[in-house]
Amino acid sequence: MSDAIDLLLNTSLWASVLRIATPLIFGVLGALLCERSGVLNLGIEGIMTMGAMSGWLAVYLGAPLLVGLMIAALCGAVMGLLHAMLTVPLGLSQHVSGLGITLFASALAYYLYRLLVEVGDLPPTIEPFQPLDVPGVSDIPILGPILFSQALPTYLALFAVAVMAYVLARTPLGLAIRMTGENPHAVEAQGLNPIRIRIGAVVVGSALMAVGGAFLTTTAFNSFFPGMVQGRGWICIALVVFASWRPGKALIGAVLFAFFDAYQLRLQTAIEGVPYQLFLMAPYVLSIVALVLVARRAEVPAALMAPYRRGER
Amino acid sequence: MRLERRTYVPLYLVVIAPLAAIITALLLAAGLIAAAGVNPLTAYGEMLTGALGSRLSITEMLTRATPLILTGLAAAVAFRARLWNIGGEGQFFVGALITAWIGHSLGVPGWIGIPILMLAGMAAGAALLAGPAFLRLRFGVDEVVTTLLLNFIVILFVGLMIEGPMRDPMAFGWPSSVPVSGEYRLPDLIPRTRLHIGLLFAIAAAGVVWLILARTVFGAETRAAGLNASAAAFAGVSLPRTIMGVALLSGALAGLAGSVEVMGVTAGVTTTMSPGFGYAGIVVAMLAALHPAGVVAAAVFVATVFVGADAMSRATGVPSFIADVIVALCLLTMIVALLFTTYRVRR
Repeated sequence: MSDAIDLLLNTSLWASVLRIATPLIFGVLGALLCERSGVLNLGIEGIMTMGAMSGWLAVYLGAPLLVGLMIAALCGAVMGLLHAMLTVPLGLSQHVSGLGITLFASALAYYLYRLLVEVGDLPPTIEPFQPLDVPGVSDIPILGPILFSQALPTYLALFAVAVMAYVLARTPLGLAIRMTGENPHAVEAQGLNPIRIRIGAVVVGSALMAVGGAFLTTTAFNSFFPGMVQGRGWICIALVVFASWRPGKALIGAVLFAFFDAYQLRLQTAIEGVPYQLFLMAPYVLSIVALVLVARRAEVPAALMAPYRRGER
Repeated sequence: MRLERRTYVPLYLVVIAPLAAIITALLLAAGLIAAAGVNPLTAYGEMLTGALGSRLSITEMLTRATPLILTGLAAAVAFRARLWNIGGEGQFFVGALITAWIGHSLGVPGWIGIPILMLAGMAAGAALLAGPAFLRLRFGVDEVVTTLLLNFIVILFVGLMIEGPMRDPMAFGWPSSVPVSGEYRLPDLIPRTRLHIGLLFAIAAAGVVWLILARTVFGAETRAAGLNASAAAFAGVSLPRTIMGVALLSGALAGLAGSVEVMGVTAGVTTTMSPGFGYAGIVVAMLAALHPAGVVAAAVFVATVFVGADAMSRATGVPSFIADVIVALCLLTMIVALLFTTYRVRR
């Protein structure tokens, strides 16, 4: 038991928290943006897989790491556009379309990977993003290695939280997006086009999700393998509810979640005699518990999942 | 362009829409096959003969279709009432797990033991979906996420059981549970093939589900709840009771799929025994437009793609993931096709 507490005082645990949180931050921001505009995007698990594959593949074929992230974002945007076309102008079930996107995007990612990459006994690797010390502050004891010695995509994720929070809360564009999720008819009465706003939000949100997936292959690991997203997308969907659709709370949720994930990983080795699967279950159980705790108070966007058709109420 | 709801749906559209969807999906996938440097016509030819070309391949295909019929029914029943049960995979595994667990040591003859094991599998699946249904009804927790996360939890639990209490010491270190005893293995439907009488159970289940949905009050309430929940509640349908009933039926069907798969094919449980039967069930249900009779046909189609794609992959070198791509494309084209059966396009 004292081992379990000792672990909490270990700097490497805390340094790994932000790293583990990064794909979740991107994913939850992307899902949040879609849902704020009124579109549930259950394609996230597949879009993250597609991002993980395409970002990795671009780097493997010789592109710089940052270009890899951009390619991943582009592929995610294309998948998002597909989901948006099916659910916004056509008004198809967002649940079914999203699941279809997840199945399609992950199958396509695996197919293209097998088609384009020669896989031997071991999956081929790339040179991933390295930790980047922020000059001046990375030498601060304890805090330095925890906050300021991360890889570039982690800083990008934190930057994206700030941008998303600012845009949604303080800009006319953010107001339009939030209004579209609450009452698209009122948006139309303002002379704006709710259909375009929804398509735009889903495309940008999906691009963010894909970057979260690409973090896995360009930073956390250096190769791509089937099943690597491991439900992170679904956990992001749960985190959006936990965050009650606010970017700041989304960051807190992702970090909290990552903390428990990092902690259970270390507990596995510290506590013997308990099956390791119990520890691996913890993140999923935790997501369900979090959902139950906040479900009653959740401020769901009023028009979430309601297809918008002009002149039809 | 705008969409206008059709007042009546002509029969020819109901037949043509799924076919058009499948053809479109096959055309789209042809581009990906061509990208692998293989003539799509050759590839599809290999796929067809690989799944339907010999007695053995047909029985293999039907063996694969059996759990798909049941998971497809599970998804169809739930989706009809807008209960988004995405946990078919988890329910399949608990059904399989309980069957292997009890079936190893149950001391009764086969003719009574097999029904007991099937009921146990159904109960386990139903119980697993009852949780998320309860959370939705009581706390308003979206069942999509809870059922999905339960899939991961259940598969980890299966891993825990087969490495621990249910470990088969005879499996030479390969993680598998102890097998069900021989008298509970389902008899072969055709000798010297893997096809077992579970196929008949699955088809019978489709008939029963059709009867329940089309001919009972519960079926009518299910449909009403799915079409318009508030109107149904206004008309006196108890939504909590209906949703819970749907959950139990859906979970039981997926659990039965796992139970039948263990007794008919694998004997023991492994974490890899399902190539995504639960998820493929969702596609089967959509291809069938959520109709129980259509589920049987859709399951046969999806099984043909899966079994055929393996053979095609061996013959031509096209990655076998093409099967998942085709099936997912079918789902996407099908929902668009269904749109045109309920709406017409006006300029």
